[in-house]
Amino acid sequence: MTQTHLELSGVGIDFPTPKGPFTALSNVNLKVRDGEFVSLIGHSGCGKSTVLNIVAGLHQATRGGVLLNGKEVNEPGPERAVVFQNHSLLPWLTAWENVELAVKRVFGKTKSRAELKDWIAHNLELVHMGHAMHKRPGEISGGMKQRVGIARALAMQPSVLLLDEPFGALDALTRAHLQDSLMDIQAQLGTTVIMITHDVDEAVLLSDRIVMMTNGPSATVGQILDVDLERPRNRLALADDGHYNHLRSEVLTFLYEKQRKIEPISSRATATTQAKKNTEVA
Amino acid sequence: MTAQTSSHPWRKLKLNLSHRLADINPVQWLTSLLLPVTGIVVFLMLWHVGASQINTSLGTFPGPVDVVEQSQSLWQGHVAEREKETAFYQRQEDRNAARMADDPSYSPTIHSYPGKATFIDQIVTSLVTVLAGFLVSSVIAIPCGIIIGLSRSTYQAVNPIIQIFKPVSPLAWLPLVTMVVSAVYVSDDPMFEKSFITSLFTVTLCSLWPTLINTAVGVANIDRDLLNVSKVLRLPTFTHIRKIVIPSAIPMMFTGLRVSLGIAWMVLIAAEMLAQNPGLGKFVWDEFQNGSSDSLGRIMVAVLAIGLIGYALDRIMLMLQQAVSWDKTSEQR
Repeated sequence: MTQTHLELSGVGIDFPTPKGPFTALSNVNLKVRDGEFVSLIGHSGCGKSTVLNIVAGLHQATRGGVLLNGKEVNEPGPERAVVFQNHSLLPWLTAWENVELAVKRVFGKTKSRAELKDWIAHNLELVHMGHAMHKRPGEISGGMKQRVGIARALAMQPSVLLLDEPFGALDALTRAHLQDSLMDIQAQLGTTVIMITHDVDEAVLLSDRIVMMTNGPSATVGQILDVDLERPRNRLALADDGHYNHLRSEVLTFLYEKQRKIEPISSRATATTQAKKNTEVA
Repeated sequence: MTAQTSSHPWRKLKLNLSHRLADINPVQWLTSLLLPVTGIVVFLMLWHVGASQINTSLGTFPGPVDVVEQSQSLWQGHVAEREKETAFYQRQEDRNAARMADDPSYSPTIHSYPGKATFIDQIVTSLVTVLAGFLVSSVIAIPCGIIIGLSRSTYQAVNPIIQIFKPVSPLAWLPLVTMVVSAVYVSDDPMFEKSFITSLFTVTLCSLWPTLINTAVGVANIDRDLLNVSKVLRLPTFTHIRKIVIPSAIPMMFTGLRVSLGIAWMVLIAAEMLAQNPGLGKFVWDEFQNGSSDSLGRIMVAVLAIGLIGYALDRIMLMLQQAVSWDKTSEQR
């Protein structure tokens, strides 16, 4: 077994509010091996994204810390590339130029011009965007934008790839397509991936392990599920697979029985009242 | 931006235009033409009737017919003045040539034409002054706006000052600017007229604020995700500003620039009247002082010229915005 690549130990974070600090996360512990695909799942507002942002260095943990290859993480950096939920491509640059910005930043000093060009093209081909390299984000579909976002992240050759609900804003068919692409790419490159999701099927299909988070405040890791399905995985074959369905129901049980969340009926309810109501219901 | 993309805006503009022409539905096109034309015709009729009812010490208020007459006479005046000018230089050259033939040691001097500025010359002066003032204000406002927008604390520190100076009328600035210019701009062989410098800085002081505020707001409201991308890439400050901040803020910046140019043009007329800069403002003032029976008609011509030029300037800015900005949704008002 390979050694620990990324380690979160005792991570907690408080956010200041007018009524004193709000503890969003407390005592989150997780060890990720090199090349592992880990999903974080939980109800919305439970702090999944906060965990990811702490790993990315965009938030600073109040307690505990993150080690990547034995080094502490305390600022953002390209070795922890992030794919955000809504693509976050620069709208004034083409797909090529978006990837180029990242590639020049990371490899500008070590690679020659021709190598840089090849590397940009290679990464865009990898996500099947070779045909629309010179289009701007406004001219391509949501799924294509997200592909470019992934290409940009992969092109940085990150030690760990952080995906923040990467397919959340896409329709079901496009999502399935991109999930398959992501599986292929991960199998090919062996990148370590941490993915936030709220989609149970997505988590089971893609992950080696699923980390299930409890509801906030003071959210933490509730349970970790090993997904010991063989790779390569095929969504059609797995649909009738007993073990797959068993794993799926385990996640569902955790989410809907152990950590059931009551959504306030009033749509006007603010985030604070939501947080209050997120208490466990037996 | 690379050199490659700099040719894009023009091509895009052309494409855009040809698209629009192709999209035109004849019926729609006719109504879209008919309504403004009707509006103008009705306005001209009301103006004609209304003007004849107003009597002033200089005769009745100028109607459309007077305006057409006066604009023709102003144009003829301009043409005549130009002919006189060429004739003047021609005479000098002939005389110099004759003297040179008599006495080869004679070094000829050319006197510049002493004739008065025509209406067209005054329009040109006004345009040069307003563009110079606008340029100076943009060169100051855009970088300052970026700096203010990048830091919340700077914004909070500077905001009250901006809010106080923003509503100040050009007429209040003018005496101060005049005094400062006459004290500071001292030179035996001045490159520019003092009145030009005074008008320019008055325009600058008044048109600075919209660009400054809009740039600052545009910079302060950059998408969080894009800022995060910049952080993950660890972009150095300068690259961050060049690649992320400026392109993000361009739509807001241009909104500010358009408002600024509009204000600059409005302020200019007032400034020229008082500073006696030989532009449209001075033309209006001189005609008012002149008090002939043609004066009101001529002033009305100037009013329409001011309006048309202001409109044209705004359209040019809008075209520039659409050519430069990535955000093609910027509305046409």
